[in-house]
Amino acid sequence: MNRPSFRSPLGRAIGLGSAKRGSRHWLIQRTTAVALVPLMLWFVASIIAHAGSDYTVVIAWLRTPLAAGGMILLLIALFHHAALGLQVVIEDYVHSGAKFAAVIATQLCCYGLATVGIIATLRITFGN
Amino acid sequence: MDIETPTPATKARRPRPLSPNIQIYRPQLTSVLSIANRITGVVLSVGAIGLVIWLSAAAAGPGPYAAVQQAIGSWIGRLVLFGCTFALFLHLCGGIRHLVWDTVHGFELRSIYISGWSVVAASVVLTVAAWAAGLSVSGWP
Repeated sequence: MNRPSFRSPLGRAIGLGSAKRGSRHWLIQRTTAVALVPLMLWFVASIIAHAGSDYTVVIAWLRTPLAAGGMILLLIALFHHAALGLQVVIEDYVHSGAKFAAVIATQLCCYGLATVGIIATLRITFGN
Repeated sequence: MDIETPTPATKARRPRPLSPNIQIYRPQLTSVLSIANRITGVVLSVGAIGLVIWLSAAAAGPGPYAAVQQAIGSWIGRLVLFGCTFALFLHLCGGIRHLVWDTVHGFELRSIYISGWSVVAASVVLTVAAWAAGLSVSGWP
């Protein structure tokens, strides 16, 4: 830090500190949380209603537009919420150089899993 | 190691305990619920992998679906699902408490303890109610 630099103090400061995206992170965390309240209650109620049901009954339920739409919205909100939340947890507890890699890996896992879940739902809905 | 009367300079060199000092820290409802919201968030993220596996099995056909249902129906599967149900309701109720806080309401010490115990009570009641409903639909094992 004490090394002489050709960069001006302003040049060093630009790009550091707030990247003006912290409030957006906070807001999307809340938006997905608000979405997840009804979606999760609907999901739990649906799972209870189908407890012990046969494969054909569960598939018939997942083929209805409401169930398929709800499941896809749930997957989007759930994994977006998880990606944002896990990022904060990693940033708070991982202080080594692995922090950046851990955050990237977590994000990729979350969006990958969301995609797998959405594709599976679409296969059920539009499959034969 | 020279022993001398501590001066402000030697005192400053001694490693200071970090706060909060976990060994002597008496947990309160507020701090326990705070860390519980994080822990349940991480648990539910792992549990969400189970949802994707369940959906993928359902998409793959009756065979894979039956295998996953059998794993869920085992004692370990039921125990994990029960834990996930409680984690879900604790995170859900705690999350609603956070959303209320975001509107700058309920920060008085009394309100914080009332909402905190309400979260604990609601999570227990909802978990028991969900399992009672689920088992009455599927039939008691």
